[in-house]
Amino acid sequence: MLSGIAESPLASRHAALGARMIPFAGWNLPVEYTGLLAEHKATRQAAGLFDISHMGQIHALGAGALPALESLLANDAAKLKDGEGHYTFFLNDQGGVIDDLFLYRISAQDFLLVVNASRHREVLQILKPKETPQVHFSGEPGTTVGMALQGPKAASILQKVLRVDGTKIPPRNHLTSFEMESGQVWIARTGYTGEDGFELFSDLKTGPRIWDRLLEAGKAEGLLPCGLGSRDSLRTEAGFPLNGQDLSPSISPVEAGLAFFVDISRPRPFPGRSVVEPQKKGNLSRICVGLKGQPGQPPPRHDYPVFQNGKQIGIITSGVPSPTLGHGIALALITTPPPACGQEVEFEVRGRKVPAKVSHRKFLQNK
Amino acid sequence: MNTPNDLLYAKSHEWLRLEKEQATVGITDHAQSALSDVVFVELPKAGRVVKAGEVIATVESVKAASDIYSPVAGTVVESNTTLSSDPGMINREPYGQGWLFKIQPESPKPNGLLSATDYTATLSS
Repeated sequence: MLSGIAESPLASRHAALGARMIPFAGWNLPVEYTGLLAEHKATRQAAGLFDISHMGQIHALGAGALPALESLLANDAAKLKDGEGHYTFFLNDQGGVIDDLFLYRISAQDFLLVVNASRHREVLQILKPKETPQVHFSGEPGTTVGMALQGPKAASILQKVLRVDGTKIPPRNHLTSFEMESGQVWIARTGYTGEDGFELFSDLKTGPRIWDRLLEAGKAEGLLPCGLGSRDSLRTEAGFPLNGQDLSPSISPVEAGLAFFVDISRPRPFPGRSVVEPQKKGNLSRICVGLKGQPGQPPPRHDYPVFQNGKQIGIITSGVPSPTLGHGIALALITTPPPACGQEVEFEVRGRKVPAKVSHRKFLQNK
Repeated sequence: MNTPNDLLYAKSHEWLRLEKEQATVGITDHAQSALSDVVFVELPKAGRVVKAGEVIATVESVKAASDIYSPVAGTVVESNTTLSSDPGMINREPYGQGWLFKIQPESPKPNGLLSATDYTATLSS
């Protein structure tokens, strides 16, 4: 779509399920069906099914795919084996994040990039000039279906639908191709909720049928269709970043606490390397930490300032009242050295300072 | 959406129930539905003097914090303290036990508020 707002290939399903729709990154998407809290709980205790068709699915094809990706991405694509995926970034020359994505190696000549809807066009604009007779990039917005099946019951629901045993489904961060509903689907054991789960990537004809099958098969297990509302609260509890809030062109992945996914052990240059390499070696002026609020206090939100001993030390990048924990949680970008875990800080809500404690970013310790 | 006929409404989705000396204020069924599950409320203290249209309370769902505006000028008489332990009451009974605060209006005949019919019309436009 060049203008206006795009409808998901699953739009008719959302309408039939009575979803409340909102615009998000140029797409009209469900924010909730039964209710955010019920959907959040279903995903933590049973399973949730999310439409992620807005996310870009881009294939890098050809013998030149790997060298092109190695020169463009912050994690080292050369580390991946067939059927394996990892989290990585497109960085700008200042080390800031253009996009965070999952990269899967299907084979030596076929890589799948799953990118944010809001950066899909920008990523294509980065990739297209790198095309040669040896590498081709394909994957325009609106040409694929994506869905995420997440939660402790996700694996059993998927096995039921695929009619396979547990040894056939991919292990964590791996991707396997299956035939379903007379079409092909790529199933990755990845997600954005902190639960076990899968992301399924398919075509416009097969995808909607798979959605129906998963919903039907999951019903008895307590599966609910879930919207963007619970997707955001679930990812915040898991400490996962949202591009545009916790990551941005002016925030580097090292500052966001994601240095693990920036590989400086290889000799090859990549955009932003001259900035993120010294950061990863310890030359860092700010770092993302977790904050835990208290029950009965107003929850932290994006852009609230953070204080220690009355002095501003940073800003909240994502904040939410945690449905699982019953108090506010936040990711905050803090001047280094940050206070240690357990130290008391404050954030400012409507002119009032509210107490919080520094915490690990992974708020659900048992996950 | 439920929009009782015996109440007055503000375009900003608060309702007002005029009683003898005072009025009760809450948010509409439409507003609670749009906010979804309310998890936190911040309510005014008794004795606070407010202008019509002034931010007087905050209702927070998991997604966002939303300002609540006083539909009338007046003095706050009482806040619904039971909401601090059960904010979800706003979703379950927006016109009943989910009321936010009681106010003594400056004027017995407040201006600028809508009837149920007129408020409903603003929702579809």
